[in-house]
Amino acid sequence: MNPIVKILLFMFSCVLTNNYIFSRFLGCCPFLGVSNKVETAFGMGIAVTFVMALASLFTYFVYYYVLIPLNLAYLNTIAFILVIASLVQVVEMFLKKSAPSLYGALGIYLPLITTNCAVLGVTILNITEGYNLLYSVLNGTFGALGFLLAIVLMAGVRERLETAKIAPALKGFPISLVIAGLMSIAFLGFSNMFAGVM
Amino acid sequence: MAQYLPIIYAVLALGGLGILFGIVLGLADKKFAVEVDERVSAVRAAVAGANCGACGYAGCDAYAAAVVRGDAKANACTPGGAKTVKAIAAIMGVSAEALEPMVARVRCQGTCERVTTRYEYSGVPSCRAVSGIAGGPNACEFGCVGYGECLSVCAFGAISMVDGIAVIDDDVCTGCGMCVDICPRNIIAMLPKDQTVVVMCRNEATGKRAVLQCKTACVGCKRCEKACDSESIKVVKGVAVIDETTCTRCGACIPVCPMHCIVNFYERNMEDVALVTAQAELNDIEIP
Repeated sequence: MNPIVKILLFMFSCVLTNNYIFSRFLGCCPFLGVSNKVETAFGMGIAVTFVMALASLFTYFVYYYVLIPLNLAYLNTIAFILVIASLVQVVEMFLKKSAPSLYGALGIYLPLITTNCAVLGVTILNITEGYNLLYSVLNGTFGALGFLLAIVLMAGVRERLETAKIAPALKGFPISLVIAGLMSIAFLGFSNMFAGVM
Repeated sequence: MAQYLPIIYAVLALGGLGILFGIVLGLADKKFAVEVDERVSAVRAAVAGANCGACGYAGCDAYAAAVVRGDAKANACTPGGAKTVKAIAAIMGVSAEALEPMVARVRCQGTCERVTTRYEYSGVPSCRAVSGIAGGPNACEFGCVGYGECLSVCAFGAISMVDGIAVIDDDVCTGCGMCVDICPRNIIAMLPKDQTVVVMCRNEATGKRAVLQCKTACVGCKRCEKACDSESIKVVKGVAVIDETTCTRCGACIPVCPMHCIVNFYERNMEDVALVTAQAELNDIEIP
């Protein structure tokens, strides 16, 4: 198959079929925590995208040029967490300087990107799936864009829920979980989309 | 030695990565440093730093920022006390006199013998529970029911129950407002400590009905309104209310009150008040 087509297909599958939230169920904490407003959800998605893309890049080098030569592959989790935590710190400083309102809106969820399992999940999956540098970075970037898509869609739904008539028992968090489940089922429809061509 | 090599490698590799990222972060911190108003850090250093939220802001940092922005008053940090208020006032260039601390005041004098009892209550000893049952055992539905819910939430032990009424020790009260929130009757209020003139009643009934409920109830006669030069005291919904922002604390309203429910907080004598009240009742005071 044409390598460019293959890369395009890989990118789409990262966003839709292998969506980190809806099919792998990673990163559910910020997905539910910061999806109250589309604006902050978008900011969170962009911050996660930045962290995930760079984490994929750096962990690739850390893994293949530091850990493998020293026979320390078993330390990948702790080394990757180190990389991710540093990246999140940089993002935090950057946002504090350039977008204080977004910094304030993200609040506690910003440092919590460190513990966003989707970020660690991407870096570990890159290793277990044996992706090369290009595919690792693509997986990180487009996996995060899938996260961005999911969280913005969720925020859009939740903004409308504010004015909707909902049974008191379901108000707030319960209805959000129900919606997350329905969205997950909807995304299941993408699951065999590229099966024939890949 | 060879068997220790993996451990040494592991320590060196992770330690090296850690140091490398540390240096990068240090450089980034310099590059992305945000210039903070130095007064913010000065105010932050002056406050108590307990992150208690008593000021109404999400922690000491938020409060310090709000003070410098001009959104918050310098006297909102109650755990810090007068020392903190003075320190913040000095930083912000405002006078400390204008920053009289707030204290909680119980605005009721309806002790057991003054208030009429309607029924005997023997249920859960809770102000909120008893207030919900037919308006409480006291004829006055606005006064202290005396089960001491405020006493139980006061973290500083400033409240005691005297003769069925909560009494707050001004010197111990830190002005945290916990008792204000818990009181189902809304008779505890945060007032400036120098607000010596206080209307000690919240009874909205007027005239004879009020007297029948409690011997020191505000009857809504408006004599205090006429005696006040600064128009700071107004009868609202049948009870006199002082606007402490304009009140001059002159005390002109105190002697004219036939029910003696306006008092000088520091000079009142409970027995005298009871005596004069009984006298006024005998003399058939004018009730509108």
